[in-house]
Amino acid sequence: MNYVFQFNVVWEHFPELLTGALLTIQLSATAMVLGLCVAVLCAYGKTAGPRPVRWLVASYVELIRNTPFLVQIFIFYFSLPVIGIRLTANNAALVAMTINLGAYASEIVRAGIDAIPVGQIEAARALGLKRLHIFRFIIIFPALKTVYPALASQFILLMLSSSVVSTISAVELTAITNSLQSTTFRSFEFYFVATGLYLAMALGFRATLSAIYWAVFVRGREA
Amino acid sequence: MPLLALRNISKRFGTHQALADVSLAVEPSETLAIIGRSGSGKSTLLRCINGLERPDSGTIEFNGKEFEQTPRRLKELRREIGIVFQSYNLFPHLSVERNLTLGPTVAKGLPVAAARELAREVLRMVDLEDKIAAYPQQLSGGQQQRVAIARALAMKPRLVLFDEITASLDPELIGEVVRVLEKLANDGMTMVLVTHEMGFARNCADTIVFMHQGRIWEKGPPAQLFGSPNTAELAAFIDSILSVNTIGERRAG
Amino acid sequence: MGRSFGLNEFLYLLKAIPWTLLLSLGALIGGGIVGLFIAILRTAPSRILRALATGYIELFQGTPVLMQLFVTYYGLAVIFDIQVDAWPAVLLAFTLYSGAFLGEIWRGSIQAIPRPQWEAAACLSLSLPKQLWYVILPQAARISIPPTVGFAVQLIKSTSIAAIIGFVELTRAGQLMTNATFKPMIVYPIVAVLYFIICWPLSLLAQHLERRIDATLGVKKHF
Repeated sequence: MNYVFQFNVVWEHFPELLTGALLTIQLSATAMVLGLCVAVLCAYGKTAGPRPVRWLVASYVELIRNTPFLVQIFIFYFSLPVIGIRLTANNAALVAMTINLGAYASEIVRAGIDAIPVGQIEAARALGLKRLHIFRFIIIFPALKTVYPALASQFILLMLSSSVVSTISAVELTAITNSLQSTTFRSFEFYFVATGLYLAMALGFRATLSAIYWAVFVRGREA
Repeated sequence: MPLLALRNISKRFGTHQALADVSLAVEPSETLAIIGRSGSGKSTLLRCINGLERPDSGTIEFNGKEFEQTPRRLKELRREIGIVFQSYNLFPHLSVERNLTLGPTVAKGLPVAAARELAREVLRMVDLEDKIAAYPQQLSGGQQQRVAIARALAMKPRLVLFDEITASLDPELIGEVVRVLEKLANDGMTMVLVTHEMGFARNCADTIVFMHQGRIWEKGPPAQLFGSPNTAELAAFIDSILSVNTIGERRAG
Repeated sequence: MGRSFGLNEFLYLLKAIPWTLLLSLGALIGGGIVGLFIAILRTAPSRILRALATGYIELFQGTPVLMQLFVTYYGLAVIFDIQVDAWPAVLLAFTLYSGAFLGEIWRGSIQAIPRPQWEAAACLSLSLPKQLWYVILPQAARISIPPTVGFAVQLIKSTSIAAIIGFVELTRAGQLMTNATFKPMIVYPIVAVLYFIICWPLSLLAQHLERRIDATLGVKKHF
């Protein structure tokens, strides 16, 4: 092996890598929030909606879950302009990530909803609460609490898959790493360090999500 | 010389003293039954004999040689000491024949044809020769337990351990298993059984050992232990067993 | 401008599918072996070996597949001093990636085998390797089939990322076809449908197998 590792080149450009990491975090966090909203809506539609809605949601979920994320991105960025919808690279990335997360997360949330004991819902109905109110007050909070670990894992997966949006030149960590390694020819070193950054972000996300769990679901709610 | 000698065996699990200074000897061809309440240490003692549990202190001698708890020595020992479990533990992905030939072929290097013949022979002993090609799931509990006995016998052991082997069986299936045990005892196999089958213990065992709180409380021939128990604990135990119809009845706890 | 999209163009896409499947199958088999090795390491008496195995899993499950691809590709170039072909780099990367996930599946399957099965095998004087080979692994393999089929779907979708380093599988074929025909609105949706046709039946199969194993395990738990 004749190669001489030169990691110092990477450290010189570290601030740019950090900027990329920040952009990744920003993009992922936005997609998480939007995606969760989509997921909750879809889960509601799947459990409480009329049959056409249930069928629509099921089709959406199966379509997303059985096609690659990369192809979905290509469709949002390259195919949509043909019918007049032109998105910037970053917006296309956000839309693709939201739609993608929405599908997976809706199944997770639906499992949480199914886990609510039937007795609770019957009691609420007996009290005369409307369907929407039952959902809002009795169902969604315990459901999210139950499936929070699965959701957290899905969020982290989303953050990791954001690296693929670099192919349409959306600006985040992988895209920045790509351009840096192409100008310095220190490909291995840059990708190695970038991988380390993703690992650090995954750990950071996990810790943050745990803290959010505690703050939202646990604090002040102990009997 | 006793085939098996346990001296001063002690074992604790956390704060619970399961066995306290237990000593026992088993002669060749002897049938020894260990009785006692749940938690008296019976199963733990049995499992020490073939190395499934490791005593904290004390020695075990088998066939004159002391017992080292090394993987190699345990492997050698288990060729001579067989065990039948309460939940049979047959291998569900293998046929009855393969369950029986696995040990002899893989662990003892017996050629396949000889192993198959051996399998037929031990199945004949437990009266299940026609089930040789069946799978465990297709058999009743009593049949599975008899196959489990055959599996232990296929290794041609010098000593067989039985760990409450009728406790999981439906009452009507216990008889067929007990008949096999009686046949084995009469044929001269050295057997150590932890059992609740008082009928079998009284009729077929040479020696009964009553355990209580991790110690051997009483030991002797059935006539003595059942006829005139020395201690109040044994008397109470016999009372509680006999107050319910023992033959074929599931134990209460 | 550009070619029109007709039968020849469609066949070009179809001809890329065997590469997607070959890559997936190769990674699945290779990953199965790596995964088994990792699963056994996870139960090793040495703490260092256990930590190594756990670290391997965390690494491949906590970093983007694209990064793993880049590091493998450029890492191989570094070690062997040559411009590596896409195929070996991609196969190696996906094998290691699969190994982490299949390792967890193997571990779960082995742990699902009740302890008495180990004891019964040991009491027949079988050494530990023989216990694994004759008694434990055959049963674990059966249990591992449904989650492995589920992972196969995930793997097939992930192979689309190989397109980014130029390996010609279905997604790359789609990119090339789009560049030739200038018809992203036709090509990419067709690519998505082709993936769907491959993945959806496998997803359904995985769900069906999952339900069936639950049923038979219920019977097996009886003794």
